[in-house]
Amino acid sequence: MIDVLYFAWVRERIGLPRETVETGAETVSGLIAELVAREERYALAFSDLASLRVALDQELAGFDAPLKGVREVAFFPPMTGG
Amino acid sequence: MRLIVNEAAFDPGFEVNDFTAKTVGAGAIVSFTGLVRGDGSASGMMIEHYPGMTEKAISAIMDQARLRWNLLDSLVIHRFGKLAVGEPIMMVAVAGIHRSEAFQAADFLMDYLKSRAPFWKQEIGADGAEWVASKPADEAALKRW
Repeated sequence: MIDVLYFAWVRERIGLPRETVETGAETVSGLIAELVAREERYALAFSDLASLRVALDQELAGFDAPLKGVREVAFFPPMTGG
Repeated sequence: MRLIVNEAAFDPGFEVNDFTAKTVGAGAIVSFTGLVRGDGSASGMMIEHYPGMTEKAISAIMDQARLRWNLLDSLVIHRFGKLAVGEPIMMVAVAGIHRSEAFQAADFLMDYLKSRAPFWKQEIGADGAEWVASKPADEAALKRW
């Protein structure tokens, strides 16, 4: 079980701010493939990975990063703070 | 170091004075305040953030700046939620021994806050709301450091 969080337009496309996901995926990419296979709204949100960022337990990570021991995954567009 | 992330409005002038009064031994205070721009048809802005990661990411950036430029103190205030045109969004203030270090540290903090603190801006206009896209120049700016 892993908590998956979505922010900004990723949240809007998926229609949820967060959910708990039962996954056997070993990497972020594996988790994305599982989500995309679920429903069209996930496929739409993850259609362009170049415009997405991922954080594992609140630290920026790459799409090939392992999920072992991770409790919280967040997907969001590039940040626009400041 | 002091970090404030909340919805409430703040008074940049008061904050700079308060920061200055509490800093002992500094030779230079540099501050920056970012406002909601009033260009085009935008009537305001909505800012979303990632509670928890926001505080962690900004604290890490502030730590880096403190060590690299020997800062005596630093302050970051960043708002989220709904903001009107002209309202302060965020500010940074740094206290250093010398001017050059303080300017550089403030510049560094701003570059990193823009691309590494998990905030997302949405412009509210007459035609609805639109997410602000990040600019390649913002990411490129990090390479200066």
